[in-house]
Amino acid sequence: MSGAQAKPDIALRVEDLKVHFGGKKRFFSGYANTVHAVDGVSFEVPAGKTFGIVGESGSGKSTTALAILRLAPITSGKVVLGDTVISDLEKEELRSERSRFQIVFQDPYSSLDPRKRAGAIVREPLELMKIGTLKERDEKVAALFVQVGLRPEQQALFPHQFSGGQRQRLGLARALSTRPELIVCDEPVSALDVAIQAQILNLMADLQKQLGLTYLFISHDLGVVQHICDIVAVMYLGQIVEQADRVSLFTNPRHPYTKALLEAVPSVHQNKRNRRERIRLVGDPPSPINLPKGCRFASRCPVAEARCHQEAPPLLEKENGHQVACFLA
Amino acid sequence: MSDTMQPAQPEPEIQSTSPLREMVSMFMRNYAAVAGLVLLIAIVLFVFVGPLIHRTDPFEMVWAPFTFPGQEGFLLGTDYLGRDILAAMMVGGQVSMAIGLAAALVSVIIGVTVGAFAGYYGGVIEELLMRFTEFFQVLPTLLFSMVIVALFGASLLTVTLAIGVVSWTAVARVTRSEFLRIRELEYVAAARSGSARDLYLIFKVILPNALPPIVVQANLMVGSAILFEAALSFLGLSDPNVMSWGQVIGSNRPYILDAGFAVAIPGFAIFLTVLAISLVGDGLNDALNPKLRQR
Repeated sequence: MSGAQAKPDIALRVEDLKVHFGGKKRFFSGYANTVHAVDGVSFEVPAGKTFGIVGESGSGKSTTALAILRLAPITSGKVVLGDTVISDLEKEELRSERSRFQIVFQDPYSSLDPRKRAGAIVREPLELMKIGTLKERDEKVAALFVQVGLRPEQQALFPHQFSGGQRQRLGLARALSTRPELIVCDEPVSALDVAIQAQILNLMADLQKQLGLTYLFISHDLGVVQHICDIVAVMYLGQIVEQADRVSLFTNPRHPYTKALLEAVPSVHQNKRNRRERIRLVGDPPSPINLPKGCRFASRCPVAEARCHQEAPPLLEKENGHQVACFLA
Repeated sequence: MSDTMQPAQPEPEIQSTSPLREMVSMFMRNYAAVAGLVLLIAIVLFVFVGPLIHRTDPFEMVWAPFTFPGQEGFLLGTDYLGRDILAAMMVGGQVSMAIGLAAALVSVIIGVTVGAFAGYYGGVIEELLMRFTEFFQVLPTLLFSMVIVALFGASLLTVTLAIGVVSWTAVARVTRSEFLRIRELEYVAAARSGSARDLYLIFKVILPNALPPIVVQANLMVGSAILFEAALSFLGLSDPNVMSWGQVIGSNRPYILDAGFAVAIPGFAIFLTVLAISLVGDGLNDALNPKLRQR
């Protein structure tokens, strides 16, 4: 990929995104503690592909997703969807552009309004954005129900009458209703049991093929990410530590954190697998309030050197599209 | 993997049970609440249909004063001016109930508005609105409503407004706490992602889900508003040209030792009405509380 060339096929570009919480001046205690939830994240999502972000709890992956959707406040940085800088949009401008990016939430129970019927939930974005005539909306919603594997008659039901998997189908139908360019999936299957996870993931893959969708897929489950993502970024404490295409990342992880994550995935083929030196992580990540000076992973890293505690390693391309933020990789 | 496009599971019949219908069936299983509802309906019939059958002007002197209930054909006796107490109970009940409902409505409208905006926006707006609420909360309610009635004159409107204005704070606090909880839920974020405006989120998404505790609070408010009206009337701070239960008690108060029944009968009516409303409110609380619904 030659960097200088214009890339018309980039659906979403995120540049140095930062989301900090707190940090207001307090009367007695001086400055309140700032939480660096997302601290300088940049990546590009090619159109029609699935970009995965993995990381443990508190790594900032969900906050990244919410900030891109303008549902969490952006401290600094740029989010560009197609040609539109959505991080700069305000109020009504933002409202009119919202049809272009939609979200599927993690929890299929709290993401659907319990007082609205299924049809009304899927229809809501169309009503709010005044897309199509009333009759077109009826047809569209019915078609969406079929598309996600539900029956149009089920529009009259309330969310509590659906199973977890069906509810997630509803969430997907709602996200699809405005024909968005980008769908952000915030751990869409982690609340479902394994058999249903596969159904939903396959449905998402089918829809991507049919409609040419672009997904930003947030997950902590490496198996799921390996199944559905084309490009994977690994986040640790608000920053991307490694980014590569799926094959490269899973066969040749370079960052010690990624290695540790992959080692931690239980496998039934333990012996067949080409076992590397096993890395066990001890302790918890440092607090996102008082960040360490050097590499954020240094305190838990098995191979860290003195330099790692002093200097933060930049995210650099080591080989064809494989980026790593580590001095030793 | 198998074909994912087929319906997840076959469901032969589609029966849409709305949350409302479930709530009604839950309410009907609570015997105390149903008893309260029956009592309340009986009182409403007595008050609103009764005058059509028993056509006596409650202000007209019909017999000797202090006729004991049951004597001379007066079921509930006569008061100190020889007026029919039965007629007064019927017509006065209309006023008591109307004031109770209207005052509860006033307090719900003020309380929900203040609580909703405070809970939804947070920050400075919440801070200001809740300090405003606390200001009303620390005022002695009866005294404050007496001042309002004394200042603006005793009419049905001022009495209703006075009761509403002193009792909305509880509704505001309940509404705010529900809004604080619900605004963080994912379906609110989903609606926002669907480009919903603030007012849509407040009134179409969050408020319907915040309603159950507000409904319970409003219901109990009707009972306390009736008591409040009675207290104001008892103190002579209600419209003297309008018959109400409190008015009957207030006007017969000097003769309580000679003719206790003239005070006891409207007192008992207020007691029954407030009891019925409380039972219904309790039943509503149980029916609307999802945690109890699991049992």
